Amino acid sequence: METLERIIAEHPFFSGLDYGFVNLMVSCASNVRFKGGSYILKEGDPANTFYLVRAGKVAVEVLAPQHKPIIVSTLGVGEILGWSWLLPPFQWKFHARAVEDTRAVALDGKCLRSKCEENHDLGYEILKRFAQIMEQRLEATRLQLLDVYSVKR
Amino acid sequence: MTITTTIETMTSQPYLVRSVDKETPDTFTLTLKPESGANGTLFQPGQFSMLWVFGVGELPISISGQPFQMDCLVYTVRSVGQATHALVSRKAGDGIGVRGPFGTGWPIDKARGRDVIIVAGGIGLAPLRPVIYHVLGNRKQYGRLVVLYGSRSPRDLLYRKELSSWARQPDTHVLVTVDYGGLSWRGHVGVVTTLFKYARLQPEKSVAMVCGPEIMMRFVARELEMLGLKRDDVYISMERNMKCAVGFCGHCQYGPHFICKDGPIFPYEQLRPLLEKYEL
Amino acid sequence: MNTLAEERHILHAEDLEKLIEKLSSAGYEIIGPIVRDGAIVYERIESAAQLPAGWTDEQERGRYRLKRCKDQSLFAYAVGPQSWKRYLHPAEVRLWSAQRQGGTFRILNNEMRPKHRYAFLGVRACDLAAIKVQDCVLTGDKYRDPIYEEARQNAFIVSVQCTQVAATCFCDSIGTGPRAQSGFDLALTEIDGPGGHRFVVQTGSDRGGEVLGKLQTAPATDADLRQAEAAVDGASHRQVRSVDTVGIKELLYQNFDHPRWDAVAARCLTCANCTMVCPTCFCTTVEDITDVTGDHAERRRRWDSCFTLSFSYIHGGSVRTSSKARYRQWMTHKLAAWIDQFGTSGCVGCGRCIAWCPVGIDITEELQAIREGNNGNT
Repeated sequence: METLERIIAEHPFFSGLDYGFVNLMVSCASNVRFKGGSYILKEGDPANTFYLVRAGKVAVEVLAPQHKPIIVSTLGVGEILGWSWLLPPFQWKFHARAVEDTRAVALDGKCLRSKCEENHDLGYEILKRFAQIMEQRLEATRLQLLDVYSVKR
Repeated sequence: MTITTTIETMTSQPYLVRSVDKETPDTFTLTLKPESGANGTLFQPGQFSMLWVFGVGELPISISGQPFQMDCLVYTVRSVGQATHALVSRKAGDGIGVRGPFGTGWPIDKARGRDVIIVAGGIGLAPLRPVIYHVLGNRKQYGRLVVLYGSRSPRDLLYRKELSSWARQPDTHVLVTVDYGGLSWRGHVGVVTTLFKYARLQPEKSVAMVCGPEIMMRFVARELEMLGLKRDDVYISMERNMKCAVGFCGHCQYGPHFICKDGPIFPYEQLRPLLEKYEL
Repeated sequence: MNTLAEERHILHAEDLEKLIEKLSSAGYEIIGPIVRDGAIVYERIESAAQLPAGWTDEQERGRYRLKRCKDQSLFAYAVGPQSWKRYLHPAEVRLWSAQRQGGTFRILNNEMRPKHRYAFLGVRACDLAAIKVQDCVLTGDKYRDPIYEEARQNAFIVSVQCTQVAATCFCDSIGTGPRAQSGFDLALTEIDGPGGHRFVVQTGSDRGGEVLGKLQTAPATDADLRQAEAAVDGASHRQVRSVDTVGIKELLYQNFDHPRWDAVAARCLTCANCTMVCPTCFCTTVEDITDVTGDHAERRRRWDSCFTLSFSYIHGGSVRTSSKARYRQWMTHKLAAWIDQFGTSGCVGCGRCIAWCPVGIDITEELQAIREGNNGNT
């Protein structure tokens, strides 16, 4: 079984991060499991954790009245789930459900937040990496919005 | 090479419908055989025919069946207007006029010995299917086969049984995603570019062939370039209005290119400066 | 080419009738200029009496008028709204017809296309260049158009060297005229003076020489030749419009977003006149029609224009919806993309598009504006 330290050090998301910061990440990390069908996080709940998917698949969903849950996107192995822990109001904006049995590394966002306030260098490194994820997701979402496969009448 | 046209290249040959199979609520696959026996046409993967419905009109449709054989032509058609509706409404035994094959094909020779990445969006999987058939039928000549396919929703996926069977072939990886999933969909949800990270690609060894709506091809080609593929190892299939399919009517021009004879398949390198031009 | 072709002959104006007779008896259908509906157009003629004797034209942007001239010159005008593509690349052709048979159909192969042997009388240098351009487009690439090829192979060309120039002409700067150098069977230069109303005739081919041999001619004197040369040189010098073709392809490719396109779009009606009168425009469309019973179908080809909205239609809508995109497509194709496609410019400097544009858009002016707005690059 791989150690948390190795998983985090080798993950592309953390590459280039100072050794001291990697250690800090490890001290905030733990292994978690979600059974297929269960919810990892729910809209409105306080956001204090983010996840690194190691196996399985997670669906990001919106629940709207008169609609069945709408899956906005799915995240698979290697993906990062959750950035609302980083920015006020520190609340989840969507549901995230494990589509199948899923294993992940959970990182303590509450702890990391205070560390980022103390050490702005750390804060910058974290924000840079999340900004890139947000940009990729935003671009993909825009393309999804275009509904390119539909027939214009 | 100059091909002398006789009136025949401008004239439709009658083919008979052998079967019409429903793929999705609005998409059907027609299998045609030549009326006069062994008068079939050898086609390259990626080429298209002009299909004519008596009294309705003629359209360019990519050939989507087994390439390099003579006894049948297969077309997957999405019903989006009057002419396509007429095509998909044919019954077995009806005649359809066929001209062709026309156009350039996918770079199956260039891809020999290398990994083949197929990226398809919506009906774009139809013109790419002959490549998949060819690679799987000549497996040792090619490296890894990666098929990345995105469609609007689960019920719009084409060739579902074949996708599963392709996934079981040696050294073949098939990933499917939809823009809108439902609760019963346990696969990927998101645009086809989100599949790249799961595909374990070897960019330096790969040739990519991309087909789908123009916006999708633009994003995919850009993404493939960012992943490390060279621009002339990425091929896309363009579409424009076509009337003659032999470079005379002028309708299919895209910049200096005639899509019917210089294309429809082009290396991304050649089209990159044009793709960003609005209303070209 | 043998020395006979190098010699120039004199044909008297009244003997032009004999040229027409000889061509007619050799089985040619003669097409020449006549006055009709206030313009000089190309129609079937049987006699030199039908030619526009004593007519000249005044052309400017959006303007074409015929005027009487002081003498009985037969070719004292530039070009009118028609070109020879009317005959070589006809405006409407039936390609084939089919008959329904149960669920399928039969192609009826009883199309005996009438074989045309045209003799074109009065082909200007710009129009001769245009014919060569269309040769390239319709027979010079991967496929060959049998309809064009057949009419073209048989066509006998009698060129007329221009001695008159319209304000819309710019063949000199484009490099296609006013002097036709080759590609004709015979070339005529009209001169007058003490020697009488006559033509200096140049042979351009063996069959041209053959026809000329049947006519009564005299060798041209040095004075005749000098007068003819001076007349054509005059047509060169008197041109008021010009284009600078240096780097024209890159210039247009690089200026896709030039503000001038918006300016011209505000004026352009997308009426397609320019494409109809242009001697090199070749675009066509295909129409599939049936009769009332629905049992008989025909496929027809007819002229089309990139200025129409439906020209670029694919499911979901047209690609070029704005008039800006359509004007830009036409001009960029004509002056730039054509070079990549066929190795020459698509423009021959005949100036028809300038005269026949109802709002007077001038392609030479548009090009100049783009060059100037290019910040001095190219």
